Amino acid sequence: MTKTMAEKILGRASGKDVSPGEIVEANIDLAMVHDLTGPHVVEVVEEIAGEVKVWDPEKVAIIFDHHVPADKIRAAELQVIMRRVARKLGIKKFHDVGRGGICHQVLVEEGYARPGMLIVGADSHTVTSGAVGAFATGIGASDMAMVWLTGKLWFMVPESIKVNVIGKLPKGVYAKDVILHIIGKVTVDGATYKAVEFHGDTIRNMTIPDRMTLSNMSVEMGAKAGMVPADEVTVQYLRERGVEVKPFGPDPGAHYEDEWNFEVSKLEPQVAAPYSVDNVHPVSELEGTPIDQAFIGSCTNGRYEDFVEAAKILKGRKVAEGVRCIAIPASIKQYMKLLKDGIIDILAEAGCFVAHSTCGPCLGGHLGVLGPEEVAISSSNRNFRGRMGHPTSKVYLASPATVAASAVEGKIADPRKYL
Amino acid sequence: MIKGRVVAKLGDNIDTDMIIPFRYKAKTTDYYELAKHVFEDLDPELSKKIKPGDIVVAGKNFGMGSSREQAPIAIKYSGVSAVIAKSFARIFFRNAINIGLPVIEAPEAVDKTDEGDELEIDLEKGVIRNLTKGWEVKFKPYPKMLMEIMKEGGIYNYYKAHGKFPWE
Repeated sequence: MTKTMAEKILGRASGKDVSPGEIVEANIDLAMVHDLTGPHVVEVVEEIAGEVKVWDPEKVAIIFDHHVPADKIRAAELQVIMRRVARKLGIKKFHDVGRGGICHQVLVEEGYARPGMLIVGADSHTVTSGAVGAFATGIGASDMAMVWLTGKLWFMVPESIKVNVIGKLPKGVYAKDVILHIIGKVTVDGATYKAVEFHGDTIRNMTIPDRMTLSNMSVEMGAKAGMVPADEVTVQYLRERGVEVKPFGPDPGAHYEDEWNFEVSKLEPQVAAPYSVDNVHPVSELEGTPIDQAFIGSCTNGRYEDFVEAAKILKGRKVAEGVRCIAIPASIKQYMKLLKDGIIDILAEAGCFVAHSTCGPCLGGHLGVLGPEEVAISSSNRNFRGRMGHPTSKVYLASPATVAASAVEGKIADPRKYL
Repeated sequence: MIKGRVVAKLGDNIDTDMIIPFRYKAKTTDYYELAKHVFEDLDPELSKKIKPGDIVVAGKNFGMGSSREQAPIAIKYSGVSAVIAKSFARIFFRNAINIGLPVIEAPEAVDKTDEGDELEIDLEKGVIRNLTKGWEVKFKPYPKMLMEIMKEGGIYNYYKAHGKFPWE
């Protein structure tokens, strides 16, 4: 029978022919935890097994990113625990402060995530690795403890949804606008429990960084995985990282529960207004909304290309009086490339606060927590109530270009007039 | 059999930040302390109203957002005996099963329930009875493996009782 990507991967990992709705026990190819979820996993593993251990240290990644560098004593304590565990278990895919970056960025740019892999991570944005054709999904601490101990986990084989995106993206419109537009149409539970596959010429013409933005936010419509078939773009991206892979996609004629079609050649920049990721409007409807803070970064949009677009707008201009603009590259590799190419200079000269790689303000952690009634525009992924700080603060989500234009004007602005 | 009073009927898309704000998730591993802040940003008074055995009823996509297990943990340790919703976000659903918090998808029951109603839930048979209003609604019981985990009160208790995971 012909299979979708999810069915092929879960079938291979469980050693049998699988169909949607079936519960299978699958072998995990890669299991990732970060500084915040890792200690909880360690706690459960120790309770069950009497000591901390993993089934295969080569298949475990421990990446510090949430409270990096430690911003309070509790965070430091958790990192002490995870450093000890990484050393004891001989974890080679261990990325300490200053040696990696945001976990989802690291999995892809280090070539850990590969087409056809079954990846689990103790973080909901683990779906990001779907950009290279992996089935990657977020799980909780107890699930991860089972994976560490047995290398296996149960899954319900999901139904798959095929998302076809066609048309050439206009100037000033990016992968972020595409995924916000999709979520706005299908709502925050439009793909709950489903595996989403992104197809169409718009996707084929996207770089891996762009595809990561799509896959990353597929969890915001409830998806279990958000995958892009691995093609020549993927093969080349991984080759540059010393990894040889073959293209990987669904079988021709695979069955999808649903197909969604989007034509994006006339799409406007999109903005998700508080307090829901599906509260999406064209930027023209929200232009002029005053902001206190602008944030460019996160696993969604903290890559080299994102800052290059932002820098086109910020070059020779200043962040508006009374507004802070925070710029945080998603990894040390992204940071160093931006540094070498003078992009960091442009951001700093414009008045941005540029910080080293961390999740930072995206989840109200540190480096830019919002105060009462404050308003932010952010290139990150969630605008839930209280997400970036005080429960009365507000977050608008947009592309890095829209965030940069808004930083310059001190209010939500259309980036197209600057490009 | 679960029996309890509906302490709150919540809306759609209750996210993990509303269930337990990040500022507490990062801070504490004392689950009873964590539970004092459950639903705080949604309704600061709600956690004080919860009595042991109470049931929470909600709309669709309950628990969307973060993968952190502290969300179902905070609900469980607040004394809530079950959550009935129109649907659940998938990571939340898994986490709830794993820590032994009964989560039941029953859209019809949600529509017909009001705050203060007394409910009775039979997980194995897949039946919710509203003792206040006198109706009965069926739901799809868990698959066998999930039911075994739930019966033991979560995956950790399952392992302690059986010395192995359900698939071993």
